[in-house]
Amino acid sequence: MKHSTSVIATAAVLCSTQAAFAQTEIEFWHAFTGRLGDLVAEQVETFNASQGDYTVVASHKGNYSETLNAGIAAFRAGEQPDILMVFEVGTATMMSAKGAVKPVFEVMADAGAEFDQSKYIGSVKGYYTSPDGNMLSLPFNSSTPVLWVNRNKLEEAGIDPDTDLSTWENVGATLDQLKDAGISCPMTTAWQSWIHLENFSAYHDVPFATKDNGFGGTDTELAFNGEAQVAHISAMGEWAQDGKFIYAGRRNEGGANFRGGECALFTESSAGYAGIKAEAEFDFDVRPLPYWSALVDEPQNTIIGGASLWVMEGQSDEEYKGVAAFLNFLSSPEIQAKWHQDTGYLPITTEAGEKTREMGFYDENPGTDIAVIQMTAKEPTNNSKGLRLGSFDQIRGIIDEELEAVWAGDKDAQAALDSAVDRGNTLLRRFEQASQ
Amino acid sequence: MEKRVTFKGIWLPILLVLPQLVITVVFFFYPAGQAIWQSLFIPDPFGLSMQWVGLGNFEYLFSDPYYRASFVTTAVFSILVTVVSMGVALYLAVLADRLIKGSGVYRTLLIWPYAVAPAVAGVLWLFMFNTRVGVVAWYLGLLGYDWNHVLNEGEAMGLVVVASAWGRISYNFLFFLAGLQAIPKSVIEAAAIDGAHFWTRFRTIVFPLLSPTTFFLLVVNIIYAFFETFGVIHTITSGGPQQATTILVYKVFSDGFVGQDLGSSAAQSVVLLFLVSILTVVQFKFIERRVHY
Repeated sequence: MKHSTSVIATAAVLCSTQAAFAQTEIEFWHAFTGRLGDLVAEQVETFNASQGDYTVVASHKGNYSETLNAGIAAFRAGEQPDILMVFEVGTATMMSAKGAVKPVFEVMADAGAEFDQSKYIGSVKGYYTSPDGNMLSLPFNSSTPVLWVNRNKLEEAGIDPDTDLSTWENVGATLDQLKDAGISCPMTTAWQSWIHLENFSAYHDVPFATKDNGFGGTDTELAFNGEAQVAHISAMGEWAQDGKFIYAGRRNEGGANFRGGECALFTESSAGYAGIKAEAEFDFDVRPLPYWSALVDEPQNTIIGGASLWVMEGQSDEEYKGVAAFLNFLSSPEIQAKWHQDTGYLPITTEAGEKTREMGFYDENPGTDIAVIQMTAKEPTNNSKGLRLGSFDQIRGIIDEELEAVWAGDKDAQAALDSAVDRGNTLLRRFEQASQ
Repeated sequence: MEKRVTFKGIWLPILLVLPQLVITVVFFFYPAGQAIWQSLFIPDPFGLSMQWVGLGNFEYLFSDPYYRASFVTTAVFSILVTVVSMGVALYLAVLADRLIKGSGVYRTLLIWPYAVAPAVAGVLWLFMFNTRVGVVAWYLGLLGYDWNHVLNEGEAMGLVVVASAWGRISYNFLFFLAGLQAIPKSVIEAAAIDGAHFWTRFRTIVFPLLSPTTFFLLVVNIIYAFFETFGVIHTITSGGPQQATTILVYKVFSDGFVGQDLGSSAAQSVVLLFLVSILTVVQFKFIERRVHY
């Protein structure tokens, strides 16, 4: 059956290539719908129109998890695409799949394409590089958490909307005032594990996991039950009990409450920009993610979330040349600057960031450069380069469960984080065994 | 003389049952066999390598207290869904059976929810009970009740039970109504003449005569609650808060397709396979004895 389909597929490809003047087709599977989907389609069309040798065919395969599963299933059937979009938590899974993926730096070298890895922003590409500094995948959409402020709500509570919210100490005091003024939702968050544990750890330069957060090998163990993290989750737990922090859900459910004008403060990805700008009927601000001044004098950098593009093994040299051309096209300053400005995602190259500044975008849209500054102000340490943990999507699920126990008042922060570490370590050992 | 239709030779009967056999082998035995085979390995997600672990996956599963707790969650969930959906359906069917005018409209309206896919039903209920913008949550707030299924385990379980049972009520209603209409009116009238009240008639005549239908629905509903409620749970709670609504099938999905741990996922499928076999045997052996045909 597999043979007959591949015969038909080959026949179809033969016919279409003849009709399309012998263009090589590059298959690209992604996870974007809606406006982001349109923007990806636009990038692909621009690329296809810009040259005559290759045609990129983009297909939407569901959300991040579904796209990864589609890629895995396709690989097992020998029908994998050329390029697969994988979210950042799937990085370790892809890396350990030697024989299934072809590292981007190799694709570029084999195709003889120009590829200067120093062009890429260190803290963005760092998440996806090998220990010797070579890029394994191409960062596509990257964002980092920031603090969103509803200025009208602060005014309503009699607080100066320009009040300093750079530290959690100050945020705590502001939450008290908001609560006293009768605001029903002083603060909410999206992606609790990503913001309040993963980024929190990087930002305060404490390890999330041993072995440099997993960069040093699959025998890593979780370490986010340290003093700093427990202090933060404790404080958040108290705020949750007092009705100052409103938990809305595991993903970005809280976004609806913030955009609807109910919540004063909101910790969410910088990529929330497009949605908030479109829907918010109030004055809002983007502020850097707060840090605990009791823990550090000044914060380290935050880490990214989002997805990168992986090149799959088993394609023809001609196709890899096309892939190289497409990845270089995506990295070009014009395309990157446009993507950055349209979506709020971080630019992947320094050049694209500079171009955006020259165009005056940051002046017209104050706060949109906060994420870039927060990511790049400091050289990343081993604690703030990113995370490389197997089964990490599921470990996040465990963290969600344990944090819910804290917000509900069922467990204290130490017990919950200890339990999350234990349960997560079991999964890490499973992953280590599977990837031997 | 015994009258029996027999075939000469073996080939014609085999040919006649072949389609059924092929379907069973391809869609049941082959996947089930694969699941059993895979449950003995820890494979990597891409199928590049496999390690023989024997019963290691099962050991791993049963040493996990959260997996064991999932059995209890599944039992609570399945029993609640079955009781709620069958209870309400029976009540509505008895009422509809007594209707003289407009029964067609009433029946049609009751059957509609069955056409709604579980995932869509999940989203609908989620909208109504959304803690911040849901209509029902808002009214409950006015009554002074703070609805929060995002953090409250009991409320989350209640919500997924109601959402799962809702569409099922239509299906059960249809069968109960047909069952009720098959009961000879003369029996009920005779009892009425003897002075039996509605409740007595229901308890002593209608319900026992309805038992084949009830038994069939019991089996079907428990299997439904076990396997087909995935969509509802995925859309409403994703198994949370904490692990309050992580039923066994949801765990198969999350370990297999979120965690990419196919060995553990396959082992869980095998466990479910045995569980359902045992359940079916128990149902047919013990409960069916009490059924009056």
